[in-house]
Amino acid sequence: MLRYLVHRILIMIPTLIAISIVIFTIINLPPGDYFSTYIAELQSSGEAADLAKIAALKMQYGFDRPLWQQYLFWVGGLVQGDMGYSFAYNLPVNKVVGDRLLMTFIVSFSTILFTYVVAFPIGVYSATHQYSWSDHILTLLGFLGLAIPSFLLALVLLYFANVYFGISIGGLMDPRYLNRPWSFDKAVSVAAHLWIPVIVIGTAGTASMIRRLRANLLDELQKQYVVTARAKGLHPLKLLFKYPLRVALNPFISDIGSLLPHVISGAAIVSVVMSLPTTGPMLLDALRSQDMYLAGSFLMFMASLTVIGVFISDLALAVLDPRIRLQAGRRQ
Amino acid sequence: MTDAIFAGEVPRDRSGRPSAAAADALSHYVSDAPFDPYAVERMTPAQERFYLASEWRMMWWKLRRHRVAVISGAVLLVMYLTILFCEFLAPYDLDARNTDFIYAPPQQIRIFDKGKLVPPFVFGYDYRLDMNTLERVYTPSPQKRQPLRFFCHGSDYQFWGLFSADLHLFCPDRGGQLFLAGTDRLGRDLLSRMIYGARISLTVGLLGVAVSFTLGILIGGIAGYYGGWTDILIQRGIEVIQSFPHLPLWMALSAILPVSWSPILVYIGITLILGMIEWTHLARAVRSKLLALREEDFCTAAVLMGAKPTRIIRRHLLPSFMSHLIASATLMIPGMILGETALSFLGLGLRPPMTSWGVLLSEAQNINVVAIYPWLMIPVVCVIVTVLAFNFFGDGLRDAADPYH
Repeated sequence: MLRYLVHRILIMIPTLIAISIVIFTIINLPPGDYFSTYIAELQSSGEAADLAKIAALKMQYGFDRPLWQQYLFWVGGLVQGDMGYSFAYNLPVNKVVGDRLLMTFIVSFSTILFTYVVAFPIGVYSATHQYSWSDHILTLLGFLGLAIPSFLLALVLLYFANVYFGISIGGLMDPRYLNRPWSFDKAVSVAAHLWIPVIVIGTAGTASMIRRLRANLLDELQKQYVVTARAKGLHPLKLLFKYPLRVALNPFISDIGSLLPHVISGAAIVSVVMSLPTTGPMLLDALRSQDMYLAGSFLMFMASLTVIGVFISDLALAVLDPRIRLQAGRRQ
Repeated sequence: MTDAIFAGEVPRDRSGRPSAAAADALSHYVSDAPFDPYAVERMTPAQERFYLASEWRMMWWKLRRHRVAVISGAVLLVMYLTILFCEFLAPYDLDARNTDFIYAPPQQIRIFDKGKLVPPFVFGYDYRLDMNTLERVYTPSPQKRQPLRFFCHGSDYQFWGLFSADLHLFCPDRGGQLFLAGTDRLGRDLLSRMIYGARISLTVGLLGVAVSFTLGILIGGIAGYYGGWTDILIQRGIEVIQSFPHLPLWMALSAILPVSWSPILVYIGITLILGMIEWTHLARAVRSKLLALREEDFCTAAVLMGAKPTRIIRRHLLPSFMSHLIASATLMIPGMILGETALSFLGLGLRPPMTSWGVLLSEAQNINVVAIYPWLMIPVVCVIVTVLAFNFFGDGLRDAADPYH
């Protein structure tokens, strides 16, 4: 097991390095940089740019040096927890980001929790009641969940939540609690606001998870050991939970890897619509204004979240499924 | 033939000689029908049709049984056909403004007049500005009865850019209005814009899939056929790409597209971007199938005969799982359509004057729209129908792709 752990961690490092290279390339692809657009903007409005300060910043962040040095500089900072400098905000990225990374994490985590809590019973139910009316209706609902653009669902839910429950529009908490220290009331307010984005972001993932669990369980239910157990008179529920479900659950855990990118993607656009204080809206702004360190660090954060998620799901799988654990041990 | 065997099989006693009783009951019998050893192998025409059918034919038979998939396929076919005839189908031009009817709600088609069935007509609008809220209020007025005209002459258009015409499927009454899906902030007819928007929205997915299909087969083919280091490198690369959340990466990539590009270039750029990430799933499928198939005898035979790798992949390996690939590609299209919608909604995708469903939906960007002008969200119906149809159709295709199962 320890070997497997070390092996997985060693694989993670080159993956993260490759990701950082890709991100660095992407944020450097647009012609020009933040400063050139900024200076041009100031000049067009007839203002004098503080050229001395800009030159100093350029020096400090090595804009005049070759790209590979800039890259090393950026990555070196990341490793030490310094995410660079946001030129648009005139602050270090760490300060700009503030609570946003935490909020992104909270939203993503609750969404995944929601996905599991909803998808699990429904998936099991529609597999054991295949082709019944309820199965058809649940399947249709699932497909609808996949088909509705999340941003629109967010808008509509937001509207109804405001009209019927009086929840303030936008944001993750009531405006009263903004910039206040964390308290019980604030947490309650966050929880009251959290359910809309969680439902909206989670819908598509839940739908696909239900379909996958249903398909897996159906495959498993046809197998001979199930028939044997049934013939021997084992209680249907006990049979279901003891054997086929446990096998069918494997992909459920390994899915975290594919679920996380979806959740983060969904969160990005939904939080723009709902003006949530997460990384999504800020990333959008940063991309638009070529605030490269901010954009790059956000992208890096999102991608690392996924990589770590996959790592955790792999570990969980290895713990839960002896086949994987043993195979991995044998390979080395 | 079987008769003869049975006739010869006479019950015997323990010593091996035919028992006397049995010999009495059955006399020796030989069938005098002409002997044809192939008789059992001959098939009825129906069987022959079934066993000799090509793989594609069998797929079609299996798909046909999946009723929802067939209906979805028909819906998609109709939608793609409308692309060809937008100008004819849309009552208004793409950019025709009706400045007197800004934010007009959808009109209702009526076919009953005083309890009698009549040709379809709509009520014209009475316009009033609410001086308290400054809201435009439109009320249908029964006095302004405006019958619809069919196959009528309306605004001029260049059909396929080839010749000018002015024939429309249906138009408003002369001097009347027809806004079946309402109008937007410039008084443009939403229904017409949706019909034109289909052109972009529906093709974005197709082109994107074409890109990812090519990339997926090429790269997956290389990884699966050569194996070894190439395979490991490509696999790692795919993992890296897959660990990116799609939308932020799409956002970053489309932010690269220069603002100075013409709309058509932006459109091509967006399709490339959409196709750039999705190919990884196809490449993985291709690779794993190739790994399994290249051990098969027919592949070894081709290698021994001196066929080149490209030929083996193209002629022998790819056809054996092409149907699977097409099915999974179909299931990829809805994701791309939704992706384009999301990007355009955020203002990073297509830009006006290019009109796609996403561009139309970007008008519905804030909560006021939901409250005051809910009809601006109607384009989402098109998106949902298309995505659902693609999902059902793709599901049916995937089941049908394995006709021998």
